[in-house]
Amino acid sequence: MGYANFLYMKGELSLVAIIVILFIYDIFGSKKSLQYYQPTACILLLIHTLINLLPGSETVAFGGMYHATPMGSIVKTILSIGTLLVFMQANSWLKSEQIIIRRGEFYLITLSTLLGMYFMISAGHFLMFFIGIEMASIPMATLIAYDKYRNTSAEAAAKYILSAVFASGLSLYGISLIYGTTGSLYFEEIPAGLNGSPMQIMAFVFFFVGLGFKLSLVPFHQWTPDVYEGAPTSVTAYLSVISKGAAAFVLMTILCKVFAPLVTEWRAILYGIIIVSITLANLFAIRQQNIKRFFAYSSISQAGYIMLGVISGSALGMTSLVYYVLVYMLSNLAAFGVIAAVERQSGKIMIDDYNGLYGTNPRLSVVMMLALFSLAGIPPFAGFFSKFFIFAAAAEQGYYVLVFIALLNTIISLYYYLRIVKAMFINKTETPIEHFQTDAYTRISLIACSAGILLLGIISAVYEHLNDFSFGM
Amino acid sequence: MEYTVLIFILPLLTFLALGLLGTKLKPNVSGSIGTTVLGICALLAYITAANYFSMPRVDGVRETIIPLHFEWLRFTENLKIELGILLDPISVMMLVVITTVSLMVHIYSLGYMHGERGFQRYYAFLSLFTFSMLGLVVATNIFQMYIFWELVGVSSYLLIGFYYTKPEAVAASKKAFIVTRFADLGFLLGILLLSYYTKTFSFELLTSGDSTLFSQAAGTTFMGCSVMSWAMALIFMGGAGKSAMFPLHIWLPDAMEGPTPVSALIHAATMVVAGVYLVARLFPVYYLETPEVLVLIAVVGAVTSLYAAIVACVQTDIKRVLAFSTISQIGFMMVALGVSGLEGHEGLGYMASMFHLFTHAMFKALLFLGAGAIIHAVHSNEMSHMGGLRKYLPVTHITFLVACLAISGIPPFSGFFSKDEILAATFAFSPVLGITMSFIAALTAFYMFRLYYNIFWGEESSHEHTPHEAPKSMTLPLVFLAVVTVFAGFIPFGHFVSSNGEAYTIHLNWTVAISSVIVAVIAIAAATALYKKKSPVPDRMAAALPKLHHAAYRRFYMDELYLFITKRIIFNHISRPIAWFDRHIIDGSLNGLANVTQRVAYAIRGIQSGQVQQYVYVILLSTVVIAALVLWFL
Repeated sequence: MGYANFLYMKGELSLVAIIVILFIYDIFGSKKSLQYYQPTACILLLIHTLINLLPGSETVAFGGMYHATPMGSIVKTILSIGTLLVFMQANSWLKSEQIIIRRGEFYLITLSTLLGMYFMISAGHFLMFFIGIEMASIPMATLIAYDKYRNTSAEAAAKYILSAVFASGLSLYGISLIYGTTGSLYFEEIPAGLNGSPMQIMAFVFFFVGLGFKLSLVPFHQWTPDVYEGAPTSVTAYLSVISKGAAAFVLMTILCKVFAPLVTEWRAILYGIIIVSITLANLFAIRQQNIKRFFAYSSISQAGYIMLGVISGSALGMTSLVYYVLVYMLSNLAAFGVIAAVERQSGKIMIDDYNGLYGTNPRLSVVMMLALFSLAGIPPFAGFFSKFFIFAAAAEQGYYVLVFIALLNTIISLYYYLRIVKAMFINKTETPIEHFQTDAYTRISLIACSAGILLLGIISAVYEHLNDFSFGM
Repeated sequence: MEYTVLIFILPLLTFLALGLLGTKLKPNVSGSIGTTVLGICALLAYITAANYFSMPRVDGVRETIIPLHFEWLRFTENLKIELGILLDPISVMMLVVITTVSLMVHIYSLGYMHGERGFQRYYAFLSLFTFSMLGLVVATNIFQMYIFWELVGVSSYLLIGFYYTKPEAVAASKKAFIVTRFADLGFLLGILLLSYYTKTFSFELLTSGDSTLFSQAAGTTFMGCSVMSWAMALIFMGGAGKSAMFPLHIWLPDAMEGPTPVSALIHAATMVVAGVYLVARLFPVYYLETPEVLVLIAVVGAVTSLYAAIVACVQTDIKRVLAFSTISQIGFMMVALGVSGLEGHEGLGYMASMFHLFTHAMFKALLFLGAGAIIHAVHSNEMSHMGGLRKYLPVTHITFLVACLAISGIPPFSGFFSKDEILAATFAFSPVLGITMSFIAALTAFYMFRLYYNIFWGEESSHEHTPHEAPKSMTLPLVFLAVVTVFAGFIPFGHFVSSNGEAYTIHLNWTVAISSVIVAVIAIAAATALYKKKSPVPDRMAAALPKLHHAAYRRFYMDELYLFITKRIIFNHISRPIAWFDRHIIDGSLNGLANVTQRVAYAIRGIQSGQVQQYVYVILLSTVVIAALVLWFL
């Protein structure tokens, strides 16, 4: 093993560099110079995104521990763009009184979790994968507890860490069983040893729980609403898109590459999980009053839709999965950007508080509406195309009944997404949220998200570019 | 001749500019922009015509030129939609007619619409209409024609409903749109059938006279007729809708609710002849492949013409009289096409039809614009509010008289020449048809002079204020069109337009000419005797045949028949059950879904307890259950 191997890990290296720079800056920077901390962090992350923009080629390093694919690096780029958007939206929250003194930690911890996801995506070995997933989830608990003087924040962190540890334990147990039955942890070698014995199926199911937890698929979802509600809004945004997007992609690659011999089994499991995830989450979402809880259920159901790409197991499925993640990320971040801005301004987080928002803050309302329409899959917004492609991918493999159930659920989802639109545009109230100005960072991020929602569906080049790098079973 | 593109790009740009800027422009600014641009278009159209007709014939035939042509949408190898410009004698003639009449209407409207609300919108719509109509006539293929055909329908709808606060205008615009749209359904089906079997939309291929193209369609039969006949008859249905042929004519009289200049442009000179133009465009196909449909066209034309002429005799609203007169005259054109042949002197009907289209456009626009001036003066459409206006409106009076003489077929006015050719063609086809058409010509002369005398002669009715002549911007177009009407008959029309592109020299058929003039003079004399001074005879005649008079006045209950069919039969027996099905079965199932969703959502809320130990327990339990299920069932 030569140190030259590190050169293959361009994305991870530049991310580590950013973390180190920001760490030093945070510790040694004078109080005056620290006011440039936020722009520095954003610009560094932007540079990191740009230098890793080109997908590169498939590389294997460290004797197969590290396995980078072009599609993986595209996903990494998407995740770092999402992180950048979260950073921009978090700015005004991080400047608030109690937070400002430990602002630097937020960036460092967030980037560390991102680094964990990078490793998870490029893992070629279950150990690497497990280190990545833990790196991505343990620091997350500190992020959730960031508002430590707020009880709900601490409670959410406790719930998260307990459930996460439990899920990781099950997952690790599954991995150890896999090692025990196949004699290897390398992704390349495992398929040869898989023979579908009950032990292996058990192992697979236990392993699956770890990622199912991260994706908050039903029935591993119950922590989601509590954590989403309690966590600071920007962290909720990060949790709902970035960590979910990474997990979805990793699940698809591992299922297609490693567990291809067990395809019948995991397809059957996914089949059931998709149906309950989408349906149950929709049913819960209908009755939510807290907008963050509402988005928690919405994200559970969206994860169910993302699994439609996984179940297809085809290159088309991977394309539509990555595209869906991209579109979902932009839509959800647009929504959370508005929620964060409103919460900072007025402290209000109930759906009824949004009554009459259009009258006082028309631009924010329109951004929120775009986001909700996109999440509901209304043409011509990007969300329509992402749903269309992911349905097409599943239908191509003959899952017509599943697609039909998913379609029925989009009708239900339309109802609850429109509830918020109705609140903003139609419902009248005596005390609407006052008119306010958002800070420049939030505004730029919202404009970027809206542009993405409006344009991504129409510009087919994006989809075709993704399709060039997809792979299936 | 690439500059011909400008002729219809310019009105489109005007439409966009006027439409987008809207009330940001002052009314007179938008009016002058519209009029100036149309002036340029007219000029370009004249240059195009001059260049086109001065080109030497190739093998004695006028060439078809396609200065612009590109592929727009490609579905498969054969099925592709192209856009382009096709210049041949009839499309060039139509370019001249459309731009001329449109220009006159633009100028006239400066005065007529002065001070109206939505003046800018009016000019934007006029530009849109002109653009669509020009696109229709230069279409290189039947699908392009259909696109512009619908655009023409939309702009007609917008202009009829221009006074959108008036319920009658809204109803009329809807009626016009629905009736013509219904007819267009036939057109579309026809296009689909034709292109399915011939694998082409192109007019050039379709009219090349190559019978092998149609052999498949001609060989397949459906309900006793060949598919070819069905296709061509359905295409004619589209034409019949736009050209207000019986029984699809019911929208045109109501369309008079629109501003009068619009009636002159759309419902007299240009859009309503689109059907005639369509048949003329596909004439070789009709003549060579489906002569039986051509007979149908002749019959429909004759029936329409007779029906409309009778109804026109008893109407009291002057614009309605002109509307029925238009229907009747378009019937003439259809008949002429129906009886025409293709080669040499057999092509008389085709030539006559196009000639009549040309002259009729001019004098009917003149009549409508004159009617507009009269309405402008007395603020009413009813004949009873008029009478004795010749003293007050001298220019309108003279120009109106010229147009009446032209439509009645009195030499040397243009209508005489074109109508005479049509009569000659019908006599050559069948004496019975010839006599019928001569009788209709006599009716035409009668009702036109009834109109004329009722407006300009007879007793003066009391006016709130003394009627006065219209402003210059309105009289100028009247004089111009009157001059055209006087001299257009001497154009050697056959030299420019003929059925096969060869030069056609017009010979007056003296027997037909003299007899038709005599008939017209007798009809005019009868009208003079009855209507020049107040006379009890017309009332007594009406009283002697009350039922006939009433039936004719109510347009032989065609509207009532339509209402009966739509309201009583279609709404009651078809729409209601469908509505019931929609409301109870479809809505019901969706409401049911919503209900069930709400209930379940309420019932399951207990699962989310907020206790983390329970969450972990669920994770473990479900993991075991999933593993067990997979092991059990797979």
